[in-house]
Amino acid sequence: MNKPESTGLANRPRASALRRPIHQILVPFPVAYFAAAFATDLAYWRTAEVMWYRFSVWLIAGGLVMAAFVALAAVVDLFRNQRPAWIRALAYAAAVVLSILNVLVHSRDGYTAVVPTGLTLSGVVFVVLLFAMSPGWTLTHRYRIGAKA
Amino acid sequence: MTEVKTSLPRVAAIMAAVAGLGLAGCNDTGGDPKLQIGANPVLPPVHQYLLPPIRIATPVRWGSETPKVPQGLQVHALATGLQHPRSVYVLPNGDVLVVESNGPKAPIFRPKDLVTGVVETLAGAKAKDANRITLLRDTNGDGIPDVRSVFLDHLNSPFGVALVGHDLYIANTDAIMRYPYQDGQTSITTKGTKLTDLPGGPIDHHWTKSLLASPDGSKLYVGVGSNSNIAENGLQAEYERAAIWEVDRATGAHRIFASGTRNPTGLQWEPTTGKLWAIANERDEIGPDLVPDYLTSVQDGGFYGWPYSYYGQHLDPRVQPQRPDLVAKAIVPDYALSSHVAPLGFAMSSGHNLPANYQSGAFVGEHGSWDRTPLNGYKVVFVPFRDGKPSGPAQDVVTGFLDANNHTHGRPVGLAVDRSGALLIADDVGNAVWRVSSAGVSATPKPAS
Repeated sequence: MNKPESTGLANRPRASALRRPIHQILVPFPVAYFAAAFATDLAYWRTAEVMWYRFSVWLIAGGLVMAAFVALAAVVDLFRNQRPAWIRALAYAAAVVLSILNVLVHSRDGYTAVVPTGLTLSGVVFVVLLFAMSPGWTLTHRYRIGAKA
Repeated sequence: MTEVKTSLPRVAAIMAAVAGLGLAGCNDTGGDPKLQIGANPVLPPVHQYLLPPIRIATPVRWGSETPKVPQGLQVHALATGLQHPRSVYVLPNGDVLVVESNGPKAPIFRPKDLVTGVVETLAGAKAKDANRITLLRDTNGDGIPDVRSVFLDHLNSPFGVALVGHDLYIANTDAIMRYPYQDGQTSITTKGTKLTDLPGGPIDHHWTKSLLASPDGSKLYVGVGSNSNIAENGLQAEYERAAIWEVDRATGAHRIFASGTRNPTGLQWEPTTGKLWAIANERDEIGPDLVPDYLTSVQDGGFYGWPYSYYGQHLDPRVQPQRPDLVAKAIVPDYALSSHVAPLGFAMSSGHNLPANYQSGAFVGEHGSWDRTPLNGYKVVFVPFRDGKPSGPAQDVVTGFLDANNHTHGRPVGLAVDRSGALLIADDVGNAVWRVSSAGVSATPKPAS
């Protein structure tokens, strides 16, 4: 990604602050929560200790709540003249959709709330997000700042 | 933009998969319950859900309606305006005790528990309870009680009641309490004495503690339900739960008489053999026809499967680590009542007052399903017995709790046979106690003392 912040203060367009994506602030939360859920799923798989699976289901649910805020903010950003970074946005959306499935699987009772389906979904979400988010924490390009997605 | 073209179908496929899985959960209807009644229930394969089916019946008032009974029987309200009556007990002088009770507040361990709370409220299961016992007495023998008094107050989610001589035992959710009782007493104000603690909070998932005294009065049997659906709160939380306790009445010491009974909500002595029988509620969320609730004789030291297996050696995949040693000796229950009917009331027929076809057998109060389509239960059935064993299919005795639009006027809970042989039914949604007797027989033959 280009770094428009590096342009001198004097040359900075007046509207620059407004062009910063809002959702960028929120994007890391679901990523962190879903990644942590994968870790607690692994712990539950090895120990069958109920505490880990309770952590997992709250982390996934919390991640989804934050993802809802991300979606809201991303819509606002689109109205603010930012165009979607399609690959990242769709990969991120896919991870969220898989996590909706995953919170339902995790809401089952007993060991099969995690093993094998829940653990697999958590792992897939983790890998998808790793690739999607590695270039940066945004789902849009800022207007006329054309980082290749 | 080429990447977009490859990504969009993938997302669409995932969305379609989500929709498809969701529908699969909703359209999963249960089979004919008759296939799961008796000694050899048909057991379909385990089905696990993304969205477990929830099917609740909205409560509406009885109004001028009453439950329905077959020809030869009549039904009338013994009492109305009660607060969540869960069980009934008949004292030797004919007085009827109505236990008005509900479970303690459930803790929130998972996001799912928030949803469960809403579902229970919609089904009328979160009604305010009184935590008390009300006494009803019919002094003139017309079948309508003319004395009604608060018998015992300030209890802690009580359910089971047992009188031995002048000692009245109340099974609160966390302890058995003993109260001195004199014949004809209409209220007890003395403070009780604790006989023994029972497994209670902080989770207390299945909170009802059923109670039965041995014929010689030396022992008390207590039905203690599991602390979860299928051990999802950890096995530590299940210590001495999902079991039938034998409590020594003199010392309060206990031993586990039988285990693996997920939620044994009613205990009775079978009159011809003198054997202990129980009703039990089996596990949820593996299908509309799994696992059938049951009625069974209880063997000393017997293990009935929960949580590892059901109906003998059918393994439950949700339990890890498994216990093959226990599964190997799991006993198949005697008589399946079909799935999710939620048997909460159990009374052996006394053999008099009611018509000949109800002379020998067990009445079972089926509170009704909340996770099955179509709904199942919501009635009182009679299981005929011969030579101390079930001898035929269960017959509907009291119906009409559910109307044609699948609204509930009431839900049957605890049962008792009164001194005249009539059947009493606690109704915790209709907030009533119903009395079923022979049509044409005067309401009660003898006035109570």
